[in-house]
Amino acid sequence: MAQASRAERRQTSWWHQNQQQLTPWLFLAPGILFFLFYVIFPIFQSFNLSLYEWDGLGEAEFVGLYNYEELYWDDAFYTSLKNNVIWLALYLFAIPAGLFIALFLNQTVVGIRLYKSLFFFPFVISQVVVGLVFTWFYDPTFGLLNAILGSVGIPPVNVLGDENWVTIGIIVAGLWPQTAYCMILYLTGLNAVDPEQIEAGRLDGAKGWRMLWYIIIPQLRPATFIAFVVTIIGALRSFDLISIMTNGGPFGASRVLSFYMFEVALSEYGFRMGYGAAIAVVLFLIMLAFIAYFLWSMYKEEKAR
Amino acid sequence: MRSMLKTSAAAIAILAASISGATADSLSGDLKIFLDTSNPAPRATMEKAIADFQALHPDLNVETTVIDREAYKTQIRNFLTANAPDVATWYAANRMRPYVEAGLFEDVSDLWAEPEIAEGLASTKGAMTIDGKQWGVPYTYYQWGVYYRKDIFDELGLSEPKTWEEEKANCQKIIDAGKKCYTIGTKFLWTAGGWFDYLNMRTNGFDFHMDLLTGNASWQSDEVRQTFANWRELIDMGAFIDNHQTYSWQEALPFMVQGDAAAYLMGNFAVAPLRDAGLTDDQLDFYQFPAINPDVEMAEDAPTDTFHIPANAQNKEAAREFLRYVVSPDVQTWMNNGENLGQLPVNANSSVDNDKFLVEGFEMLSTNSPGGVAQFFDRDAPAEMAKIAMEGLQEFMVKPDNLDRILQRLDRARERIYDN
Repeated sequence: MAQASRAERRQTSWWHQNQQQLTPWLFLAPGILFFLFYVIFPIFQSFNLSLYEWDGLGEAEFVGLYNYEELYWDDAFYTSLKNNVIWLALYLFAIPAGLFIALFLNQTVVGIRLYKSLFFFPFVISQVVVGLVFTWFYDPTFGLLNAILGSVGIPPVNVLGDENWVTIGIIVAGLWPQTAYCMILYLTGLNAVDPEQIEAGRLDGAKGWRMLWYIIIPQLRPATFIAFVVTIIGALRSFDLISIMTNGGPFGASRVLSFYMFEVALSEYGFRMGYGAAIAVVLFLIMLAFIAYFLWSMYKEEKAR
Repeated sequence: MRSMLKTSAAAIAILAASISGATADSLSGDLKIFLDTSNPAPRATMEKAIADFQALHPDLNVETTVIDREAYKTQIRNFLTANAPDVATWYAANRMRPYVEAGLFEDVSDLWAEPEIAEGLASTKGAMTIDGKQWGVPYTYYQWGVYYRKDIFDELGLSEPKTWEEEKANCQKIIDAGKKCYTIGTKFLWTAGGWFDYLNMRTNGFDFHMDLLTGNASWQSDEVRQTFANWRELIDMGAFIDNHQTYSWQEALPFMVQGDAAAYLMGNFAVAPLRDAGLTDDQLDFYQFPAINPDVEMAEDAPTDTFHIPANAQNKEAAREFLRYVVSPDVQTWMNNGENLGQLPVNANSSVDNDKFLVEGFEMLSTNSPGGVAQFFDRDAPAEMAKIAMEGLQEFMVKPDNLDRILQRLDRARERIYDN
């Protein structure tokens, strides 16, 4: 009897001994496989493709770093890069705006749920609709913006037709839903704020800005972190609004890297897969810098605990 | 009427089939057709044409897929390589070159050798030819020109201009009356390409224009500068509507409908929306773009839409039969009449609808375009060059002072693009 059970144990022992370590990997396996195949592999594929000149149809021709050299001389690339930076900087305005709307809505009045959902509404509707609404708003001849400006005596402006204003005009349109998104993140964050700490702060004489800065905001740190991440990512993939509102124009002034990549590689007039891949690589490196920063700061925080 | 059409179509099909040595009824299997005619009227026309073709060949199983016209332009690359239909729509001239060079379109020179097609379609043969072979058949084309508000012209005592001087004098009077001479929407760039086509063909002639678009002439040449100087005369007068860079061509229509602008340089497809917006044929008229340089012959833009057989098609025999059917005179006549496509038939033996714009356009193209017939800026130039150039044209229309920088940029692009 004892012998039999020992034999049984020997038979199953490897699985039994390693079960604890193996099970998570087994569960992770499908995810890892898909991630490798659909995310990691295409990254290397893009790197590789950026060394070729290829129209997507015929034979690909190896050209080394020629596509990157082209990028270096390409004015349109610098315009796109500059616009990406403007997007990154100005889009972050959604975070404080979202915070203040959340603080404003974080009260108990009759019908507050309705107000909250109305403020959240722009995030629910499609970016395409947001783009269209703002295009009509900015319309130089029939738009509401110029009607308002005209009523206070300011001459009409063509926001989407002026190469200096167009990017800012689109970012303002993008801020509308993005602010709503940050607001909802902060509203949930505010639910988790510890009332005892507020009480303690109040006893110590903190109120107004000092209360907000030293007591509330530190406790909203997780919400701020998420809001920061989604806003940065949102700024870097600001493709749909540009496509709807200006199609990259006027004369390419509102392009960002992702839109430029689409234009040269995949649009109606685009047949330069290698060049598009080179732009994608640059965009990837920018994103990588941000992601690395996030991972590093998260790691530091975990270690500090 | 319909049955008559069917019988005549059947007769043609049998005639064509007897030449190719098979009987029409022997067609069988599947015929997959991909169309980009997604607008309601063209879609209905195409579906009817295909239904008639199906009725002629009951054993054939015809499957039609209609794809959005804009989406089609990017999808074609995928489906030609991966999942090719038997027949696909596309455009003539340089626009089909990438697919011809990649070996994705079937050589249909054999169809063009058949007498009906050789004679009937002779006028479009050049636009379908690359490397001495034909790669598809046209099914419709349309004229470009100036569509104008006749009532405004009458009110101001203007007549259709024949020369550049008359044109500018007219325009000055229109501006003095507080209106704009031309509406245009350059958000999607190609409308500016139409203006450049005409200004350059009128200033330097058809041959130079083609040299420029095929990379054999410089954008910084004196000829091109003269074209832009002519254009600038209009821009400096304030001939075009303000803020055109924000509008699509459709969004520019209301300016003309409301009478804020007197004319529109456009393709014939602009007539339908203008009529829908309430302009009657008494208010709306057409004239050929006036001569600028009296020493060059008049040449016109007349973009041609086409059918092709992908090289990877499964049922090429049936596909060829369909191409024969589409270009036959009777099918061409009804397909392009005012109730259907409302454009010009490509077959010389078919008749043009009694619509005043079609009649005028057909006459212009057949008798008053000795210099040649161009396809369109973005169909004659390679796609990449067209994109960069049209962006430059838009910039020029908004900021004419940037011309030198624009032309330098275009020349640099030219050296890169035509090099390979």
